[in-house]
Amino acid sequence: MAPKEFCKMLSRSKPGPGDGGKTGSWRVLRPVIDLEKCIPAKKNKKACFTCWLYCPDSVVSKTVPPSINLEYCKGCGICAEECPAGAIEMVDESSFIVEDK
Amino acid sequence: MYMIESGNVAAATGVQLARTQVIAAYPITPQTPLTEKLSEFVESGVLDAQYIPVESEHSAMAVCIAASTAGARAFTATSANGLLYMHEQLHWAVGARLPLVMCVANRGVGAPWTVWNDQQDSMSQRDVGWIQLYANDHQQIIDTTIKAFRLAQTVSIPVMVCYDGYLLSHTYMPFDKPDQEKVDAFLPPFTPRHFLDPEDPGNFNTVTLPDIRPGVDGTIEPGYMEIRHNLHQELREAIEVYQEIDREYQEQFGRGGTPLVEEYRCDDADYVAVCIGSLSYQFRDVIDLMREKGAKVGVMGIQMYRPFPDQAIVAALADRKGVIVFEKALSYGNQGPLYGDIKSALYSCEKKPALSNYILGLGGREIKTSQLIDALTEACAGQAAEDAPRWIGLKL
Amino acid sequence: MRKDIIEIRWHGRGGQGAITAAKIVANAAFVSGYKGVVMAPTFGTERRGAPVFTSLKISKQKIYDLSPITTPDMVVVLDHSLLEEVNVVDGLKDDGLVILNGPKPASEYSFAGARVAVADVTSCGVQAGLPPGIVNSGIIGAFSKATGLVELDLLVTAIKDEFVGKKPELNAKAAEITYENTFIGDI
Repeated sequence: MAPKEFCKMLSRSKPGPGDGGKTGSWRVLRPVIDLEKCIPAKKNKKACFTCWLYCPDSVVSKTVPPSINLEYCKGCGICAEECPAGAIEMVDESSFIVEDK
Repeated sequence: MYMIESGNVAAATGVQLARTQVIAAYPITPQTPLTEKLSEFVESGVLDAQYIPVESEHSAMAVCIAASTAGARAFTATSANGLLYMHEQLHWAVGARLPLVMCVANRGVGAPWTVWNDQQDSMSQRDVGWIQLYANDHQQIIDTTIKAFRLAQTVSIPVMVCYDGYLLSHTYMPFDKPDQEKVDAFLPPFTPRHFLDPEDPGNFNTVTLPDIRPGVDGTIEPGYMEIRHNLHQELREAIEVYQEIDREYQEQFGRGGTPLVEEYRCDDADYVAVCIGSLSYQFRDVIDLMREKGAKVGVMGIQMYRPFPDQAIVAALADRKGVIVFEKALSYGNQGPLYGDIKSALYSCEKKPALSNYILGLGGREIKTSQLIDALTEACAGQAAEDAPRWIGLKL
Repeated sequence: MRKDIIEIRWHGRGGQGAITAAKIVANAAFVSGYKGVVMAPTFGTERRGAPVFTSLKISKQKIYDLSPITTPDMVVVLDHSLLEEVNVVDGLKDDGLVILNGPKPASEYSFAGARVAVADVTSCGVQAGLPPGIVNSGIIGAFSKATGLVELDLLVTAIKDEFVGKKPELNAKAAEITYENTFIGDI
């Protein structure tokens, strides 16, 4: 039988920042990681990464310590909600704007 | 190796030979002995598979969808209201392009409650996009089940293998069980192109926008309509693919040759009866009896109903004087679904055969050979060429 | 309607094994050269103890009509108590045959001109060492003796195949004993 490709089209999306454009500007609250409390930061080894697992936009890195790509983070707050160490605080974005000035 | 067993056991044996990896099913008459047999196969180790008991048919299909999305060869079976309960998941399975195989032991649907045979259950699923194949006897049940797995994984579209409840599911007749080694050669292990892979994470079938869009890596991703168009195109192509698969099966096993329609004494027939399932075999005795009296009649069984093999049907029926469609299902308020499809296919013919439609055997009403002779004789005499279906065996 | 088809109707009670008996005969008939073998049980819900019947059609050619038998050539009755509840000879062809499990001699039964073959299958089963009430293997011996359609040897082999793990030897013996103790009445 002549090999023919089927299922040429399927609804698939890859995880990664940018599927909806640069969504960082949507943010009202910014997640800030307290490295004193963050488990991988404290242990200084790969551990926990609950924030990485739960982030719906894959903007948290699986690194020690984890970092958040603010170009794409929408500020949904799921990471802060899920962090077992309570290490992530959602901070009003306007305070940073003042700071930047 | 020949065995004498029920149609359900023929189906289960096909599923076993196909080395199915995941089975999830909810028992419903007349499918029950099929799933019981499969659980026996799994329990005894004859079949190395996961048998997942579920609490409903909707869940059975959901489990199969999950198993198939993870890359396993998965199977389920049902009948009647169980099939209807799966309806939403049937759409999902085909939209997700999962190569599932499901047997349907055809049964009438309630209300009123019936456990007996007609084909309203699978006919009412004709528009979901699944491939529908119909078997006429036990040999066709086991052969079609094996071919269905090959077809499903070739075109990434799920396949329904339908056979008449009780008439075939519970009746015993001899059939040949193909050798495992030959089936293995015909049906290689399932290697999915798309599956949930922790090494290559991705989302399948999340909200898909009305329009095309750039994906995360910049390539243009299709919209909902492109994906659906592609499904339709590839379903149409599946007609030829199944013919090729059937040819290969015939070379390997010596059986087959009628993947789309199966004709009996149609060569010089002026009038052709058309039906689906075991009725097309019951009709053979009718045709023989009428031929003895000089009537030029034949019967054609539809083996692939979806995608609809309209070209083969037009080729077979175009120049007949009459085409008489006998159906165990109804598009309520209109006419028999097969009748409508055949009428539509023949519309482009220059010389259109006279068409008539008979409804019979609903809810297990016995179909007598004498009734078929009367109806076919009536239609051949031009007394039934009207659009409204006539009912056979109705006791009013 | 096809003249080449031999139609055999089996009457029993739900759970008594009429389907198994018919299936064994189907297997042996197929081995002996009947290419067409179709066995169709009563379609519907199965209830233990209720009268049931099973249709067995055999022919040298493939059989296409799966509808239940209405004009049997022979009927096999696994339990004589059914005679009070069911008209077992309904539709029986002229010169048809009734094969009956009953305690009385053949001359005591009359079925409007039909030939009768009787065996006390229940006793034969006990004699073979089976628990009381197992009649579906024994009746096959009576079937073989009365019809001559399928040789006893083939039937005994089919019984042993079917009853694997379920006293195959005793069931085979029950058929052999019944064969010897089947009496065919005068018309």
